[in-house]
Amino acid sequence: MYLYSLTLQRATGIVSAINGSFSGGKTQEIVVARGKVLDLLRPDENGKLQTLLSVEIFGAIRSLAQFRLTGSQKDYIVVGSDSGRIVILEYNKERNVFDKIHQETFGKSGCRRIVPGQYLAIDPKGRAVMIGACEKQKLVYVLNRDTAARLTISSPLEAHKSHTIVYSICGVDCGFDNPIFAAIELDYSEADQDSTGQAASEAQKHLTFYELDLGLNHVSRKWSEQVDNGANMLVTVPGGGDGPSGVLVCAENFVIYKNQGHPDVRAVIPRREDLPPERGVLIVSAATHRQKSMFFFLLQTEYGDIFKVTLDHEGDKVKELKIKYFDTIPVTASMCVLKSGFLFAASEFGNHALYQFQAIGEEEDVEVSSANLMETAEGYTPFLFKPRGLKNLVRIDQVESLMPIMDMKVANLFDEETPQIFSLCGRGPRSSLRILRPGLAISEMAVSQLPGIPSAVWTVKKNVNDEFDAYIVVSFNNATLVLSIGETVEEVSDSGFLDTTPSLAVSLIGDDSLMQVHPNGIRHIREDGRVNEWRTPGKRTIVKVGSNRLQVVIALSGGELIYFEVDMTGQLMEVEKHEMSGDVACLDIAPVPEGRQRSRFLAVGSYDNTIRILSLDPDDCMQILSVQSVSSPPESLLFLEVQASIGGADGADHPASLFLNAGLQSGVLFRTVVDMVTGQLSDSRSRFLGLRAPKLFSINVRGRRAMLCLSSRPWLGYIHQGHFLLTPLSYETLEYAASFSSDQCAEGVVAVAGDALRIFTIERLGETFNETAIPLRYTPRKFVLQPKRKLLVIIESDQGAYPAEVREASKKECFEAAGMGENGSANDEKMENGVDDEDKDDPLSDEQYGYPKAESEKWVSCIRVLDPRTAATTCLLELQDNEAAFSVCTVNFHDHGTVLAVGTAKGLKFWPRRELIAGYIHIYKFVDEGRGLELLHKTQVDNVPLSLCQFQGRLLAGIGPVLRLYEMGKRRLLKKCENKLFPNTIVSIHTYRDRIYVGDIQESFHFCKYRRDENQLYIFADDSVPRWLTASYHIDFDTMAGADKFGNIYFVRLPQDVSDEIEEDPTGGKIKWEQGKLNGAPNKVEEIVQFHVGDVVNSLQKASLIPGGGECIIYGTVMGSIGALLPFTSRDDVDFFSHLEMHLRQDHPPLCGRDHMAYRSAYFPVKDVIDGDLCEQFPTLPLDMQRRIADELDRTPGEILKKLEEARNKIV
Amino acid sequence: MQASDRFNINSQLEHLQAKYVGTGHADLNRFEWAMNIQRDSYASYVGHYPLLAYFAIAENESIGRERYNFMQT
Repeated sequence: MYLYSLTLQRATGIVSAINGSFSGGKTQEIVVARGKVLDLLRPDENGKLQTLLSVEIFGAIRSLAQFRLTGSQKDYIVVGSDSGRIVILEYNKERNVFDKIHQETFGKSGCRRIVPGQYLAIDPKGRAVMIGACEKQKLVYVLNRDTAARLTISSPLEAHKSHTIVYSICGVDCGFDNPIFAAIELDYSEADQDSTGQAASEAQKHLTFYELDLGLNHVSRKWSEQVDNGANMLVTVPGGGDGPSGVLVCAENFVIYKNQGHPDVRAVIPRREDLPPERGVLIVSAATHRQKSMFFFLLQTEYGDIFKVTLDHEGDKVKELKIKYFDTIPVTASMCVLKSGFLFAASEFGNHALYQFQAIGEEEDVEVSSANLMETAEGYTPFLFKPRGLKNLVRIDQVESLMPIMDMKVANLFDEETPQIFSLCGRGPRSSLRILRPGLAISEMAVSQLPGIPSAVWTVKKNVNDEFDAYIVVSFNNATLVLSIGETVEEVSDSGFLDTTPSLAVSLIGDDSLMQVHPNGIRHIREDGRVNEWRTPGKRTIVKVGSNRLQVVIALSGGELIYFEVDMTGQLMEVEKHEMSGDVACLDIAPVPEGRQRSRFLAVGSYDNTIRILSLDPDDCMQILSVQSVSSPPESLLFLEVQASIGGADGADHPASLFLNAGLQSGVLFRTVVDMVTGQLSDSRSRFLGLRAPKLFSINVRGRRAMLCLSSRPWLGYIHQGHFLLTPLSYETLEYAASFSSDQCAEGVVAVAGDALRIFTIERLGETFNETAIPLRYTPRKFVLQPKRKLLVIIESDQGAYPAEVREASKKECFEAAGMGENGSANDEKMENGVDDEDKDDPLSDEQYGYPKAESEKWVSCIRVLDPRTAATTCLLELQDNEAAFSVCTVNFHDHGTVLAVGTAKGLKFWPRRELIAGYIHIYKFVDEGRGLELLHKTQVDNVPLSLCQFQGRLLAGIGPVLRLYEMGKRRLLKKCENKLFPNTIVSIHTYRDRIYVGDIQESFHFCKYRRDENQLYIFADDSVPRWLTASYHIDFDTMAGADKFGNIYFVRLPQDVSDEIEEDPTGGKIKWEQGKLNGAPNKVEEIVQFHVGDVVNSLQKASLIPGGGECIIYGTVMGSIGALLPFTSRDDVDFFSHLEMHLRQDHPPLCGRDHMAYRSAYFPVKDVIDGDLCEQFPTLPLDMQRRIADELDRTPGEILKKLEEARNKIV
Repeated sequence: MQASDRFNINSQLEHLQAKYVGTGHADLNRFEWAMNIQRDSYASYVGHYPLLAYFAIAENESIGRERYNFMQT
């Protein structure tokens, strides 16, 4: 089996984010690393974050930093990854790519202990960069400019110190003196010698300054001093003329200012009042804001509270360090303060957000200062505070993130054309069920009822130079309605259009006149109001029209074509007539190319299943250039230029190809390339879009022409980062559409459907899925579908949180206390609070603030029945008594009907070792048509039941290392038989016939068999590789798919002869008595597929995302990406794609220096999987390279693109 | 050290041990061995962000705290 791996939705979680001006000049951009993807984001004028570029780098990005050479206007990006190389990137604005400027190898690849890449630090003046490992190694590279002002990089200078662990490094701002880097280090050499742990507990962290002597080209340890043992992060303090220099050391509970020759200035970090006393407060992310006259730091704690830290200094002397409560937002992985007054918060789980600063915390608030630090016998006195609503920040945009996908299932519960993906995402109070549908999201701007059922709609500008449209023209069966676009959209009668007849086409002609084509003629409305009318000869009527700005072709009934052109004076002149053999089904003219008088091609579709290309040149006017026969009569035609590659600004070396698109009556969209010179048609491709014949319309997307296809659902064909994408829109069926542009909405679409006129815009281009989110209460763990009742049962559980009642009570208390204070306070304060009234409805939403932390052995959990159509929870059972649910399944017991089984654990503790009070299996009866649950009974078991499965009318439970079969009883479950021979913990059970496929937490799959007559369970085969299973799926009788903790997906198969032998063994005696070697099973499964995804896969499923498409494996990952593995059906395809992959590996190595083959084989050699993500980078290659690769494959670049498109279309 | 010693197996090992932290030797005791394995594992957890996130979900802690805990041991 060969598989084609393709990422459908790239990772949405963020590892690290940096901001700067990467395209140069004043614009502010953000570069985010999403694990293996590097993205460039930019907030637009409306405060919406736009993704400019997204590159898959085939490696793990661990750290990012930006630097700027002195005097330059542009920031460079330094990437620390697992490639054992330092890579410096520059964003190329013209070509919209990241250019690799330098790549220096320093070590082995992989995330290792002593190979640098984990930490990056930059000299604030951009003269040097330090790259560090977790242990021992640190390298410093000197950055400079050569005579041609290009960036140069030196050979590495070592700053190693063996037997030290490094916690954080940062640059120290010391103006133009020698660059200094600071590091928090811990020397473990003594602890290693002493196995009693005495020395280890006495080990002391040090803050060490490394100085790079630019003159000697040498790095030396300059200064080292003890630092608080909780230190975990360093923040650069501005120096030179702007500040006191030095560093802020963030430690557990403290922020300490340190500098060489300066006494420590220490302040405690305020604690939340509800925090258990044994928990510390740790800073997890930091951002610095610098202006000419001032600077401050924003530090975020692990609970989400942001503190503003300011330093009171006189020259180099810091007198006071102040920590002031700023605001609370969800915990971030990185924060970026943009110069334009925005704060980008890259949440570690859940949606990211862009905030705008309302204030910078100048007002009175909770504040701690180093001056009033109190030291008592037990240590420093903590300072308590309560979080409050947002005061300084306002959220203006959200970027959706699926991170983490905990569980995922594909099903068609809504009876739509394509199945939906139900995914459980998020963590704690920010968790949600997200329903993903393939397609682009729509935001509807207006819907208005019309007096009849419209048949068509157009928009026209009054002048070719106008930015916005002037009229919307709607045609009915017997009339035409004209609406003018202004502040509002209203009907007008002075437009010059004939309103007593239906219209066939309305458009702008020449520079400033309008044309209306109706069945009996053409009405040409000049700019000054004069009207020229052309009438059809005799009784014939116009049936079809094709036009661009300077040319018009009409088709009369009977099949006569008449061609008009706009002459120099703006008059519409008849040029040529042509008799076709039969009635014309559809017409289209390509738009007039830039700087030309006319477009050369006219496409005519006829009812005899042909499409003809006719010339419109004066020399060979109306000559047939080529003919294409199609499978069914064409309904609609559209010429569209597609630039196959990311073009340069000139476009000369990336010529676009002209595509003729045809919507056929069979519902197929047929696309073919038109030769720009000869008009010959070649390279055709077709795709089924829906049950109705697609009607094609040209609209504008990001300033380029794109195609809207209206079949039984709308589709959009557009170009995104060099790819032509054809994606469905998540919207209802539309009749007719036109592009729409007004000052409220620059690129919209106006469409008619039924008796309504709809205006909408298309959002988040480039995304494969659009989502609907339903909030949940706790971290969702698993869910089951009830396909018949169309309901979901979700189990949610959270560690270290208080139960709902306790939370409610404490919240109430808190509000009462706050209310008292407010009543007593002066009026003007109320005025202030009046602004954020909406926030006050739920001043402390858990989503923003998180649940209060409890001791780690406290659990909260609930079981929820959810109706996804109405997003309503029909039943919510909160588990009592510190129980937490971990597994769920529906079981159809013999003569008990379907019940729900939930495996729970009471008082589970992971640390220092796994302990629990008891495990239980709850059995619930469905009541109220599955909408409610009623507890039947609870069976105590001795370990956590991590997996449950129905098996032959009984329940199979994996309870720790024991696989047990239960029968339903009146008071409890009855144990029927068990097998205790599993190595660790059973995490998954799948069954098929009498086989049971058991997944162990660290020992991969075990194949078992149940013998009913003997009532025994045997393990007859297992895997020889220790795999830490995170997800599994049953593929066929002998095959299982699994994913392990290290980011691999693999398939194992029982060899055919072993499988036959086992099935043919009637007594079962053979497997029963057969002994394996080394306590293993007698037979071993074979690995048939292996692939490193680079992300922890949390769920696997076999499904088909398109109607009639082949099934593929869909997986969801912790970082929130969704991917698919498609089995190849022909050997030719396998050969083609593996060769293409090979060429791309050679000619287009990944951006961050990781070898592609090595990455995909990071833990086990890749086997029989072709990386579609790499193949899809083909269009981004330079054209000559594309051609060279294509030559070696004996194809043309166009054919390769077509193959890639086909492979993607088979999946989604 | 003589020139011939350079190719001696022992000196090669010493060289390796100096260059690559965690290389074992004949007299390695259980404690040292376990500690090296632990440090290797934790460094890998900290380096692979998805894995860190996976642990953070299991323990319901922030990723920053999880990283700190792994580095601390």
